[in-house]
Amino acid sequence: MTLKHKDLVGITALTADEINLILETADSFKEVSGRDIKKVPALRGKTVVNFFFEPSTRTRTSFELAAKRLSADVINFSPSSSSVVKGETLLDTARNIEAMQADIIVLRHQDAGAAETLARGVKSSVINAGDGWHEHPTQALLDLYTLREKKRDFKGLRVAIVGDVAHSRVARSNLYALTKLGAEVRLIGPPTMMPAAIERLGGEVWYDMDAGIRDVDVIMMLRLQLERKGRAQFPSIREYSQCYGLTAERLKLAKSDALVMHPGPVNRGVEVASEVADSFSSVILDQASNGVAVRMAVLYLLAGNS
Amino acid sequence: MSPNVLLGVLSNSAMPDQVAQEKLIMDAAEMSRALTRIAHEILERNKGTGHLAMVGIRTGGVHLAHRLAKRIQQIERAPVPIGELDITLYRDDLGLRKDQPVLRRTSIPFNLTDLIVVLVDDVLFTGRTIRAALDGLMDLGRPAEIQLAVLVDRGHRQLPIKANYIGKNIPTSRDEDVHVYLEELGEEDRVVILQAEAGGMP
Repeated sequence: MTLKHKDLVGITALTADEINLILETADSFKEVSGRDIKKVPALRGKTVVNFFFEPSTRTRTSFELAAKRLSADVINFSPSSSSVVKGETLLDTARNIEAMQADIIVLRHQDAGAAETLARGVKSSVINAGDGWHEHPTQALLDLYTLREKKRDFKGLRVAIVGDVAHSRVARSNLYALTKLGAEVRLIGPPTMMPAAIERLGGEVWYDMDAGIRDVDVIMMLRLQLERKGRAQFPSIREYSQCYGLTAERLKLAKSDALVMHPGPVNRGVEVASEVADSFSSVILDQASNGVAVRMAVLYLLAGNS
Repeated sequence: MSPNVLLGVLSNSAMPDQVAQEKLIMDAAEMSRALTRIAHEILERNKGTGHLAMVGIRTGGVHLAHRLAKRIQQIERAPVPIGELDITLYRDDLGLRKDQPVLRRTSIPFNLTDLIVVLVDDVLFTGRTIRAALDGLMDLGRPAEIQLAVLVDRGHRQLPIKANYIGKNIPTSRDEDVHVYLEELGEEDRVVILQAEAGGMP
């Protein structure tokens, strides 16, 4: 079994078997990350370009570490330091990078569809590291990997995704991935943050958090995008936090062995109470370390097809 | 030689369906005697089990490493640590192939530094797998010594590599394939030569 794709633009393009292949491959790379010498020569001579149009620390660092642990050369490109500010189009900039023999381009962009556009326009492999509200496939894959480590099987697993679902590519990628693997997904948030007809993608919508998280196995908290405050999606941070923040009290409504996940960065005391973020239920730091292994797996599998 | 021939060879993979003949080279009893002799040779050369460790190359080598360790334990009444090495990430043909080979996990739950490591594989052919394994081991620690044990040496080396312990030397031609069947993989223990039909490897 191999991954027969040039690019990873979204979870929608993957089959359940392909998702499992990536997760199994990540297992081997987790072992590599645990060694004294955290490096293997698998991508020696390949060039990976991190092309980030949005600020990002953890995703970019995670991709950079992943590529370096595979012995690839890594270049970081961000718009403030590039010709994008001088008016060059995305595709032209990417083609210039490609002309310098880049094998894999990792793209983070504020517009949905940017990764797809780039993937069609260049011969290099393109990995979507988040495009607008569309998808963030490697985040969903690392969430699945973390879940699989703790819960073994996805079949029948009840997962609540809580927060601003409408503006979250993490929520969308996770919804696609979890339903493909047989988990049951509940989307919880205020109506202003719930996209119309999202049920058609396989999730069940709940507006009341206390009811929604009852007996779930996993609670994935989304980051409240504080920069959106004042756009009339919620009256105040305090009210949002009271209705949809995960407190220790609320956590008791879920199953006793429920896991708490968060893609980061966490707004402590807003969507997740500090005591919950630091509790035994929290796997937030596992997510971060698994992210490197999962991205190594994706880079490795795509490098064969570029 | 086309690169494709090399690739098929490195994996020691079974031939596809069009294979015509299978010639038996070793049966279960011969295999068992060869492994017992190798176990004795390992102990003789290293004067016992002190600092000794076995590392099998996935997949066939792992099972053979377990068998050798078991024999050594029966002879010396001392356990030998066993590791499992997946050499995929160290292959010299990564990136030349169309598809990436499937990874299996390396699992060496002890520190290799200052140990005498006996690397175990089923078939020694071009030597490329062993080169990859040596690089892989060096990334995991600094063994005092690495020795090589193989069930079958079929010749045709492309690198300056030589085994310390050999179950059987089998002269082969390049377009033949040697396959080791193991009980642990649901087969009857035996070593066969597979003669490719006219046209050779795909």
